[in-house]
Amino acid sequence: MKQSSLFDIISPIMVGPSSSHTAGAVRLGLLSRNIYGLTPKKITFKLYNSYALTGRGHGTDKGLLAGVLGIPVDDTRIKNIFDLHEANEVNYQFEFLEDFNRHPNAVDFIFEGTQKMTVSGDSVGAGNVRITNINNFPVDLTGEYNSLVLIYKDRLGILSKVSGIIQTEGVNIAAMNCERIAKGEDASMCMSLDCALNYSIIEKIKRIDDIYLVRHVGKLES
Amino acid sequence: MKKNISTFNELLSTCGQQNKRTYELFQEKEAFLLDIEIEKVRLKVKKSLDAMKEAIHIGLSSNEKSISKQCGDDCEKLQKRYKSHEPLFGKLFKKITAYALATIEENLRMGKIVACPTAGSCAIVPSVLVAISEELNISEDEQINALITAGAIGSIVQNKVALAGAIAGCQAECGVAAAMSAGALVQILGGSEKQMVHAVALALKNILGLTCDPVAGLVEIPCVKRNVFLAIHSVTAAELALADIESKIPTDEVVDALCQTGQLMSPMLKESSQAGLAKTKTALKIEQRVLNNI
Ligand code: SF4
Repeated sequence: MKQSSLFDIISPIMVGPSSSHTAGAVRLGLLSRNIYGLTPKKITFKLYNSYALTGRGHGTDKGLLAGVLGIPVDDTRIKNIFDLHEANEVNYQFEFLEDFNRHPNAVDFIFEGTQKMTVSGDSVGAGNVRITNINNFPVDLTGEYNSLVLIYKDRLGILSKVSGIIQTEGVNIAAMNCERIAKGEDASMCMSLDCALNYSIIEKIKRIDDIYLVRHVGKLES
Repeated sequence: MKKNISTFNELLSTCGQQNKRTYELFQEKEAFLLDIEIEKVRLKVKKSLDAMKEAIHIGLSSNEKSISKQCGDDCEKLQKRYKSHEPLFGKLFKKITAYALATIEENLRMGKIVACPTAGSCAIVPSVLVAISEELNISEDEQINALITAGAIGSIVQNKVALAGAIAGCQAECGVAAAMSAGALVQILGGSEKQMVHAVALALKNILGLTCDPVAGLVEIPCVKRNVFLAIHSVTAAELALADIESKIPTDEVVDALCQTGQLMSPMLKESSQAGLAKTKTALKIEQRVLNNI
């Protein structure tokens, strides 16, 4: 069992009113921003269930936008984010939907620009979040660790190459999970790392054949 | 020291064996967990403490409404009354109630607060801790010790139950916040570890069954006023415990009871706003108004 930290209890310092609907929304936005990794021209936010129903009253819409703009959970600009200069640089829209197959606090981010990407996530309680899907690939990313996300063609040897590169750099892999659609088809992998990877390692991984997407997603500040 | 303290019983025996206070054990444990020095842990705690004080300070002079326009001006009303009437219970009562409203109203108007343990219950620990510290001239070091104690209490309870209204009702949010505040208060007032642990039990025992049924699904009604009530509740628990009044049911068993009560509580009363206050005639009207207005 993960040991609970004092700071799970007496923090975060955050903009209110709700850990799951406000702080969680910002954190989902921050993670998605790093996963997309580019400057989007347009973002569509799809809010589901409780996020759709009580989201506006909790500032969930503001939090999501703040996150994708890189504004942290304790920044008081979140309250007036729609008036902010940074917000006017990007085209965004919100959709409020019901889908009981989804988590009560679920959201999709649809980024458009030089690339299109859909990132989905849930706010699972007490400000903790989980990214569950990238372009329809199941992933599991919580922002608790520095993580490496890969989407690649499922073939022998890819994973050992990647973990080999990481280990020769002396970075410890704390956890790893892989998902694939079917044998030999595309697969996704999330690796939780004990420290951040530097740029050159990521470039090395990008050069491996049959890896389509490599993202290093930094740990969220608590 | 690397050992995880997961029950109050373990806490008491470890304090006894090592001749240490709760805050000492937990700051050591945290330093180990985060791989930083104890001083750095205390600095992080001070950051939370400072943010709590700032929220009180800002909240006291605001009457801005929340997004839903349902709440936000109660602190102003209370302070107005206190200008012409001394509160029945004296100055400390006045400060705690005003500070609690100031903090929780800052929360709902999207101001900066410290989730403690959650955003919906963010006013209980700070209102009591800051009011007492001002009144009794408590040093900052002592305040940090108290806040670590509060965190320790929350984290022990969290070993058994997630601190979320959706999991165990408001017992696990405002209820646990009151237990944390009661324990912190015992620490500040020089009580023993045993008294601190009994204060936790007394606070928790008297909120068992507290549901989470917020109107229109927003952290406003009943959350705002509940923070004020439970702040005062925590003072009662601390006073009793300091008089060596003990909970006949040991603290860990009270936590078990809270857990079980949470499991038995209908999901309709756990943050889903499908019953209780949230489905009263007036609540439904408020809900309609809120949904149409924002
Ligand atoms: S009633 Fe529910 S939403 Fe309000 S403070 Fe309690 S647990 Fe949180």
